[in-house]
Amino acid sequence: MKPRQKRIVFAIIAVIAIGVAAKLIIASIDAGSSYFYSPKKVLAGEAPTDQVFRIGGLVKVGSMQRIGKTLTVEFIVTDDQAAEITTHYTGILPDLFKEGQGVVARGRLRDDGIFIAEEVLAKHDEKYLAPEVKEALEEAHNEAMNKKEYAQ
Amino acid sequence: MIPEIGHYALVLSMCLAIAQAIFPLIGTMNNTPSWAALARPLAWGQALFLTIALGVLTYAFLVDDFSVRYVASNSNTLLPTIYKISAVWGAHEGSLLLWAFFLGTWSAAIAIFSKGLAQEVVSRVLAVMGMINTGFLSFMLFTSNPFDRLFQIPAEGRDLNPLLQDIGLALHPPTLYLGYVGFSVAFGFAIAALIGGRLDASWARWSRPWTTAAWVWLTLGITIGSWWAYYELGWGGWWFWDPVENASLMPWIAGTALMHSLAVTEKRGAFRSWTLMLAILAFSLCLLGTFLVRSGVLTSVHAFAADPDRGAFILAFLIVVIGGSLALYAWRAPSIFSGGRFDLISRESFLLGNNLLLTVFTFLVLFGTLAPLVYDALEWGKISVGFPWFNKMFLMVTPFLAVLIGFGPLMRWKRTDPVWLFKKLRIAMIVSVIIGLIAFIPAISTGSLLVPLGMLLMAWIIASHITAVLDRLKHKKGVGSFFADLAGKGRSYYGMVLAHLGVAMFILGATMVSHHGIETDLRMSPGESTEISGYRFRFDGVSHAPGPNYTANQGQFTIFQGDEQVAVLKPQKRTYFAQGRPMTEAAIDWGFTRDLYVSLGEDLGDGDWSMRLYYKPFVRWVWLGGLAMSLGGILCISDRRYRRKKPKKEQLAQTDTANTLVTEKS
Repeated sequence: MKPRQKRIVFAIIAVIAIGVAAKLIIASIDAGSSYFYSPKKVLAGEAPTDQVFRIGGLVKVGSMQRIGKTLTVEFIVTDDQAAEITTHYTGILPDLFKEGQGVVARGRLRDDGIFIAEEVLAKHDEKYLAPEVKEALEEAHNEAMNKKEYAQ
Repeated sequence: MIPEIGHYALVLSMCLAIAQAIFPLIGTMNNTPSWAALARPLAWGQALFLTIALGVLTYAFLVDDFSVRYVASNSNTLLPTIYKISAVWGAHEGSLLLWAFFLGTWSAAIAIFSKGLAQEVVSRVLAVMGMINTGFLSFMLFTSNPFDRLFQIPAEGRDLNPLLQDIGLALHPPTLYLGYVGFSVAFGFAIAALIGGRLDASWARWSRPWTTAAWVWLTLGITIGSWWAYYELGWGGWWFWDPVENASLMPWIAGTALMHSLAVTEKRGAFRSWTLMLAILAFSLCLLGTFLVRSGVLTSVHAFAADPDRGAFILAFLIVVIGGSLALYAWRAPSIFSGGRFDLISRESFLLGNNLLLTVFTFLVLFGTLAPLVYDALEWGKISVGFPWFNKMFLMVTPFLAVLIGFGPLMRWKRTDPVWLFKKLRIAMIVSVIIGLIAFIPAISTGSLLVPLGMLLMAWIIASHITAVLDRLKHKKGVGSFFADLAGKGRSYYGMVLAHLGVAMFILGATMVSHHGIETDLRMSPGESTEISGYRFRFDGVSHAPGPNYTANQGQFTIFQGDEQVAVLKPQKRTYFAQGRPMTEAAIDWGFTRDLYVSLGEDLGDGDWSMRLYYKPFVRWVWLGGLAMSLGGILCISDRRYRRKKPKKEQLAQTDTANTLVTEKS
């Protein structure tokens, strides 16, 4: 082969390799990542039932309780309006987990509608609210306000 | 009054930075030596005023001047003095000041240690650094001034975030920032070369030690950060693939590629444009990291409540720096394949392989880190890319790197005889395969192929490097000449060997702790025992322990191996006075073969507590590996050839004509 042809063959191989690699990466990122659903969307049945996903909102004040003599804790994740998801988590909660504060949990939805969290995400700063949670809360709040206005 | 001195010093240093960005550059362009010579004094002045600013802020912390907003939000009269000092960079404004201060000191360091360098080059490098610091200082002054005053002076400060009240804060950000900022020097050299259109071997020789220095700091910073997260966050993990961690890892990988590519550029004059590109990439990734950390656009455990204006400013700065330097690159860079020719089996091609793998890995991490932003922008949903994905990508790329590392030191420039190479490395190959096979024993492999793979690669790196060192010494005066070689010309060689052995140490630690580590959460009553991997943990109960600015519940655990008492561990659950906020302080019995790690959960009533018990085999080797890499880098920098006196005139002229670039095509 002439150098010119060599270069063209090389370029074609490179393009194909990059394309295949990109496809594989994007496919695997879909499999290896978890989507976020607000409590309202979970209640509306939009969340997957066969896959790990994340929920987030505020821990409802007064909802936290321990189940028997186990390490399982029950609490309610709410968007501060109507939507509430009962959540179970077995293990040690992060230091900044507190009623009335923002929380993000990763897990699966059980058939009875209880969210079984595999992980409760920690944060380093009390004031910090994950952007997803912030958005979910704002959305729920705005909707509630709109409804109120409409009723009046 | 005193904080205003700091503020004033900051403004002055910004004026000097602007001057430093403009005059020396113009001086080199229109041949005005007096203007070009301004670079050094301006860098000095900038460093001086930034030192004053940092000193004033530290003073404000030490005297509890709560009229300064930043001090009031991040300190407290009860805060121990050492943490008052480290609190200076404990939050956004102060960490920016630290960044600018380091940029000033790196600039001053260039001004000092560049005696052998042409004035033109020094002026250009310092001008580029002046531009960068102009950006940072204006960011600080316009959006995040650490000297802002409060008009209603609070009686007490809000206190430093308890997680940061630790020696880790004193060490981690400064080392990491020295690394980040250090890459601005490599960047400065690259831009100066592009402006001057001259990119020769002496350019590479000059930027090499600076790049290695930045890399050493970054390595140390990441290592310390990993160690800190391990014991302070109470999760016992050493890497989480969190966006903020990735933000520090990306410039590190790109920087590693840059170091290796610079070696080729210095020795063989090849890979020049590629080296330039990597220098731009490494520093851009440092800036991107700052943007990710400071803007709060990504969900991260490290994220702090952030101000969107700041994010917009850094993003704009990022676009100017990256866009500007890439445009300059496109305009001025020489053709990619310039420089010496080499065979497929040669040091050059293996280093090229190293570079490609590292770059691929950098982009994979970048992709995974930014994917949530991309998905959100395209309205594909709000995702978080998990740990498993990054691990998978890591394992797809890095084993090949480990294979290449083993060949590296024996490789010759231009052409290596494959048969000769194979003969040399035969024993190393056999040894590593045997060790890999031994690791297939179920007790070692735990059913995973990754353990034999890890052990094989670790053994391969160690055995091949021993082979290479012995081969080198044979050509000198035998094994006995090792110390003479180390003291003499061999420093950078042994630095490389040590850094590569650091990789082997890291592989050992990471493989073992990932597959043999045990983590259990459980509920225990006082007097109860539980056994983990041959160690019996006895929970003795929880008592009260006072602290300077907190009160704590302190658990006690006695750990036995057989009948022998191994350790008494006292983990704490603290409550800090100022914010009433709880914090877990883990207790660790560390060792070279294993760590025993205990952290307290919650009081479950009746004296029972929830707790987390960990057995972490060989976890220390992860950080020892990082330390070895840093020490290796330091050895390389200390090599004498970087401290050579000014090269003789005619020699300089020769290399210049030989290496002048073909940028003046038009």
